[in-house]
Amino acid sequence: MSNVGLQEKADKRGRFGSFGGRFVPETLMNALLELEAGYREALADHAFQTELRRLLTEYSGRPTPLTLAENLTRSIGGAKIYLKREDLNHTGAHKINNTLGQGLLAKRMGKKKLIAETGAGQHGVASATVAALLGLECRVFMGEEDVRRQRLNVFRMELLGAEVVPVSSGTRTLKDATNEAIRHWVSHVEDTFYLIGSAVGPHPYPEMVKMFQRVIGDEARAQLLEREGRLPDEVIACVGGGSNAIGMFTAFLSDNKVRLTGVEAAGAGVDTDRHAATLTKGSPGVLHGSLSYLLQNEHGQVLPAHSISAGLDYPGVGPEHAYLKESGRVRYTTATDQEALVAVQTLCQQEGILPALESAHAIAEALKLAANRSHQDVVLVCLSGRGDKDVESIRQGLEGLHDESD
Amino acid sequence: MNRIDQAFQRYNDRYRLIPFITAGDPDAKTSLELIRLLDEEGVTAIELGVPFSDPLADGPVIQAASDRALAAGMNLRGVLKLAQQARQLGVQTPLILFTYYNPVLHYGVERLVAAAKEAGFDGFIIPDLPLEESEALDRMATDAELHLIPLVAPTSHERIRAIVSKRKGGFIYCVSSLGTTGIRQHFSDGVESFLDEVGSSSPVPIAVGFGISQPHHVEQMSKHADAVVVGSALVRLLESLGERLQQEESRAAALDEVRQMIRNLVGKKGRVTSGR
Repeated sequence: MSNVGLQEKADKRGRFGSFGGRFVPETLMNALLELEAGYREALADHAFQTELRRLLTEYSGRPTPLTLAENLTRSIGGAKIYLKREDLNHTGAHKINNTLGQGLLAKRMGKKKLIAETGAGQHGVASATVAALLGLECRVFMGEEDVRRQRLNVFRMELLGAEVVPVSSGTRTLKDATNEAIRHWVSHVEDTFYLIGSAVGPHPYPEMVKMFQRVIGDEARAQLLEREGRLPDEVIACVGGGSNAIGMFTAFLSDNKVRLTGVEAAGAGVDTDRHAATLTKGSPGVLHGSLSYLLQNEHGQVLPAHSISAGLDYPGVGPEHAYLKESGRVRYTTATDQEALVAVQTLCQQEGILPALESAHAIAEALKLAANRSHQDVVLVCLSGRGDKDVESIRQGLEGLHDESD
Repeated sequence: MNRIDQAFQRYNDRYRLIPFITAGDPDAKTSLELIRLLDEEGVTAIELGVPFSDPLADGPVIQAASDRALAAGMNLRGVLKLAQQARQLGVQTPLILFTYYNPVLHYGVERLVAAAKEAGFDGFIIPDLPLEESEALDRMATDAELHLIPLVAPTSHERIRAIVSKRKGGFIYCVSSLGTTGIRQHFSDGVESFLDEVGSSSPVPIAVGFGISQPHHVEQMSKHADAVVVGSALVRLLESLGERLQQEESRAAALDEVRQMIRNLVGKKGRVTSGR
């Protein structure tokens, strides 16, 4: 495996290798071109960078800590497990890094209205938070099924002054919330900024979200070098759309000896039709504006995804992940609902940390992997968010597990 | 010569109408009946929509039609077959394959162009394939003497010229207003000047769609465009006729309602006097 010439930015057409691009109605094309120009100007603007850094530090609480999971490491008896604590961000997940970035950008571009889509609600909460902070209107599209699963986050968004729009079409989850957000954007493109929550969507979103999330990996890399005097052997992150994973991986892409692993949701199992393992079981296709991997049937119709975690319950994935899969630089694997639930329990009981169900998929892989490694090895896991929002789903899931074992 | 280009050249003193139907809504057999009916009524072209799971340029009416057609088992292969059957029955009207890009990609771009040609299609409309992503398909379509019909929107501004300038046939599809497909009561004041702007820079005819449901819309838009696309209004009628279209004893009367709607829309300026 070699990553010589591994492309770290989208090319002029917005492609990572053959993936990415802009597959959207013509109505949106000028908005995307404007966004790209606005984003490039902002990146080059010292004042924008300073303001973003200030908010990340003073408002969100960065840098987030790097925690050695000592008890876990001891009980497994293999590699040392470090957790990058994105759960300790304001609003409880890595999503705030990106919403602060895009929110500031929206303001800089003179937009007063934000729209967002959300699955688990973390991106919705982070968008509503940033809108409140920056004095912008905010409307969040959320599938009815997710509104049901994530009632607490719906209430949080409303408390923050956002309007939550339940979406009843299709699978009533993140995929359809995204369709509705795009439809709304097409109708209001002249005064509305679409704040996409993951490293998906048409160019420049995948690259932009990655740039706003790369702080995760940049910090973790420096923190680990300081603590251990060396790089990790393995870096693990969960992948739905893939924003925490790309944020984590980017810092290590050119460290050839660091193995990178993305963990998708296997739901009830990758051999069933109830999973969200897009890279593992999907094929190239176009959804929500970009060419990437997709869960689809033999006629190119998008298939519903399933995961116990609303944040991973998505049949697409960011185009750069598709590229990293095909280039071989990142290994993509899966964890089932059940494995994620066990990981939640394990981390709670051994470390006193309640991870989000999304992050629990990465923990599950770390538990497997660390056991087969030597004491000298270091595994770094992105703990992308905290599990408070998932308590109800976890309770129901664990009851299900116990029922099955009865 | 491509049938679309012929249709626009044909002397026709009715308003030029391009109806859209979702193939397979409510079933394939009914779609075939509808194609024949529209052909008899002398419409300029027929857009035949491939149902898709995530039709993000469409409003609720066509989205629902897509769901019904998918539930009835329609897919891209079925739509190709439908066109072929229509041609075998003697339908002469230009047929345009309306589809989102993913089913095309999945089928294979090159293979689809060949299959569409073989089935008797004359062009493509792909709402999520903007200029920057359409080069390969456009070239293959042109080689097969099919037209990829580009869309321009009121937000296209300086992109209009780039999109329309190289067209050698077919027409330009002008989106009347921002938003998804669907029935609208009013159009913004800017729509007429937008159409005039596109019309003046386009070497090929222009059609206007999105939101057109009433005879007076057709009349108003026809002053600024060479043809008018009607989708949601027709699809909504088909939805309301649903079961009646599928049952033997009520089919003829239901089809007659569709025929009346088309006649109301195209106006009564005269009869089609083309050679057909």
